[in-house]
Amino acid sequence: MTEKDTDSSPETGSDAAISRRDVLIVTGASIASAGIGGHGANAASSVANIEAPTAQSAKVRLSVNGVSHLLEIDNRQSILDVLRERLQLTGTKKGCNQGACGACTVHLDGKRVNSCLTLAVMHDGAAITTIEGLKQGDTLHPLQAAFVEHEGFQCGYCTSGQIMSGLACITEEHAQSVDDIRFWMSGNICRCGAYPGICAAVRATAQDA
Amino acid sequence: MSTSVFGQSIPRVDGPLKVSGGARYAFEFNQSGQLYAVIVNATIGIGRIVSIEATGVEQMPGVRAVISHLNAPKLTYSPHKGVIDPAVGERLRVFQDEQIRFFGQPVAVIVADTLDQAEHAATALRLRYDAQAPLTEIDDPRAQPIVAQQTAAANARVAADRERGSADQAFADTDVKVDAIFRMARENHSPMEPHATVASWEGDSLTVWSKSQYVLNERAELAAIFGIPPENVLVICPFVGGAFGTSLRTWSHVGIAALAARVVGRPVKLALTRKQMFLDTGHRPRTDQRIAIAATNQGKLTAIIHEATAETSRYEEFIEGITNQTEFLYSCPNVRTRYRLVPTDTSTPTYMRAPGECTGMHALECGLDELAAALDLDPIELRRRNEPTVDESNGRPFSSRSLLQCLETGAERFGWSQRNPRPGSMRDGRWQIGWGVAGSTRGAPQAPADASVRLLPDGRVEVASATSDMGPGTYTSMAQVAAATLGVPVERIKFELGRSDMPTAPSHGGSWTMASVGNAVRSACLAAQDAAVRRAVEDPASIFHGLTADVLHWKDGTLGRKNGEGPRLDQVALLRGGMPIDVRTTASRSTDIANRYSMYGYAAFFTEVAVDADLGIVRIRRMLGVYGIGKVVNPRLARSQCIGGMVGGIGMALMERTVLDQRDGRPVNAHMADYLVPVNLDVPTLETQFLDEQDDAVNPLGIKGIGELCIIGVAPAIANAVYHATGKRVRELPIRIENLLGA
Repeated sequence: MTEKDTDSSPETGSDAAISRRDVLIVTGASIASAGIGGHGANAASSVANIEAPTAQSAKVRLSVNGVSHLLEIDNRQSILDVLRERLQLTGTKKGCNQGACGACTVHLDGKRVNSCLTLAVMHDGAAITTIEGLKQGDTLHPLQAAFVEHEGFQCGYCTSGQIMSGLACITEEHAQSVDDIRFWMSGNICRCGAYPGICAAVRATAQDA
Repeated sequence: MSTSVFGQSIPRVDGPLKVSGGARYAFEFNQSGQLYAVIVNATIGIGRIVSIEATGVEQMPGVRAVISHLNAPKLTYSPHKGVIDPAVGERLRVFQDEQIRFFGQPVAVIVADTLDQAEHAATALRLRYDAQAPLTEIDDPRAQPIVAQQTAAANARVAADRERGSADQAFADTDVKVDAIFRMARENHSPMEPHATVASWEGDSLTVWSKSQYVLNERAELAAIFGIPPENVLVICPFVGGAFGTSLRTWSHVGIAALAARVVGRPVKLALTRKQMFLDTGHRPRTDQRIAIAATNQGKLTAIIHEATAETSRYEEFIEGITNQTEFLYSCPNVRTRYRLVPTDTSTPTYMRAPGECTGMHALECGLDELAAALDLDPIELRRRNEPTVDESNGRPFSSRSLLQCLETGAERFGWSQRNPRPGSMRDGRWQIGWGVAGSTRGAPQAPADASVRLLPDGRVEVASATSDMGPGTYTSMAQVAAATLGVPVERIKFELGRSDMPTAPSHGGSWTMASVGNAVRSACLAAQDAAVRRAVEDPASIFHGLTADVLHWKDGTLGRKNGEGPRLDQVALLRGGMPIDVRTTASRSTDIANRYSMYGYAAFFTEVAVDADLGIVRIRRMLGVYGIGKVVNPRLARSQCIGGMVGGIGMALMERTVLDQRDGRPVNAHMADYLVPVNLDVPTLETQFLDEQDDAVNPLGIKGIGELCIIGVAPAIANAVYHATGKRVRELPIRIENLLGA
């Protein structure tokens, strides 16, 4: 295992953040609301206390596809954003950033997780496998090859998550039948609708394993 | 074409890249010195911004800029309307005034060093509004339907009013009839890849890596926004992570990314959040339709009346051909169609897979099923009795027509003859079983397109056109066309797409990429062969030097005498030590052909559903689609599109519905957990079959297109199956449990 000290500290900014602000909402026709989450019409006569937390960071050691990284990580940062924006491992995709689509699935200490909902700071010392870690040299992993062979995708955007979930399915022994696979792969949405191909690829790989 | 790769199910040429995470989508084109941008959206339905409190936000860690109408530079916004932009109205101009036209309109953008910083700052920006009550629904009592300007003429592509015969009179005079209202929900495309743009300026030149189905229109729109020549704009998009129409237009966020990059003087990355994907990136408009059909006791149609009302925004008139298929699909002497828009205080709708057709054909194909039930006639037999011999809307012959063949082929394979026609008659334990059928049709368009071909001395062939690949497999199918036309192995072909500096291509949508760009690739390959012959006779070093060009030809990848005498040279031998051969050509459909024929693809869908008798849960058990689409370049890829169409149709029939809060127009289910789309467990075994169809009129390759056709007809086949299972006609989409519970 190699070790890489990735030195790109984010701004901590603990001194620069605004502390505490009370936001006055005026009544009547003029209303105020926060971001896209506020509900303007209902908030018309309420007072919101918004506390802006200060950004802080921590040193986190992550092993990604066998390469160890020591990272200064913004505590708000998900493993997904660490992979994509810090380590340039863009094979893992951001589909919804809300844990509802599965495009960001990676293996964390051997288990599949939605990396968009997984804060990196909570996983110091974790071993992560992403889609980029499956190939052996230039040779596709059998499940990757099966996805090509069985048309397990069209646009390709959900594919990394599908393959990482599919591999986990096989490991979990949830690939005993196509019905089994359908159930255990239902956390990964494919908007192109390549589900029959996805099931076929996982089943074929499970049978050969 | 000789022993050809055309028509072969070769695997996707970009498959290994996609399964290994190597395919790069827009947001993944990181630039040196880049910053992150996050949009802040209006939280009222309509009104104006009273104030923006940016001071504290500007001082938050990492924040480089807070841009809104208060400080944004005035942008040129030259008039520009691409073919995919609404012809009437004016597009949203970002940060140019304080007016709010819809919930979620961008009101500011935060630029910061990291994504987390920008996201956090975006939540902290405080705006005060002067809000009014928006009108958000087309059935609101205050709603005022209008005739869209473009639809006013009777000969318009989409007409507000069109009639042949006397439909209302004939309808009144006929005994057997159906008169029903169909209500269909707004849908959002919800592709897996969120919209994203990375923008970088050098002086007055702009490069964007941006999710787009139409890089040339994006170039033109950005040039218009910033008042710079189109040549100064480069749009790059090698992969599109699904789109279904949402990436045809250049929405506000693209301009915002470029504006932000200009203001901060550094490259900027901007992606929409999933929630923002429901705000200003288009949607299939909500519609209400009336379908009224009458027939003689023998099942001969006497009248069809089809009236549709759809939402649009206040600032643009988005139109689509909801009633067009009704005018020609079945033989009927009296047909009247009507199409109206209701402007609402929401963002502008746009094309979504099979725009218009998907909507209108649902009402027509469900209406026909209701009529068949009223006649006590098999729905396929009803269609057989009303098969037209010509296109009765314009009197033209069909270039080819396969609706009945699709229906009959499918009926046999599905086992349709085993169906007990009585609703509620088939059961599997607690599950009520229903079988449904519906037809599908879609125009077979071809747009003018250019392609370039470069024959390299080492034997490789580079082919390019500024089209896209949102998943159908453009990279693969175009390589097949080139390989087949040139007679060289497909491995030697490299097809490139997705750059605005490539030869002109039409939008990658509307099922015309294969017909348009495919025929352009074919033309360019033929031109390359001619150029090779010229090179052979003109090059003093060539063994053919001095011959006249007409005695030589390129055949099966080699060049030689037409009479078969003497040696033949392959590409490497021909170009040895020389320059590559470069050609670029255009292909288009002649006006003569366009005016002579009625050109459509056809399909039929059969489905079996199971409805829980107590709980109203609907499950799809199996589905079959049969398609008459001319030539199929790659059946493996076409099948994937067809399966995707069925899955999209299952979503349309049973799940997809964007719900607006009527108080402010907010999409309340703007989330992938609440905007339901089919997941793996919702999709059973799906079968597809392509008819062997030769249509020489549509274009030289005989391509009709499939991307839209394969979703049209899926939802009505499901709705008709639900009726057959339960005896209940649910005339809304999506069909929900609530519709099936109770009496």
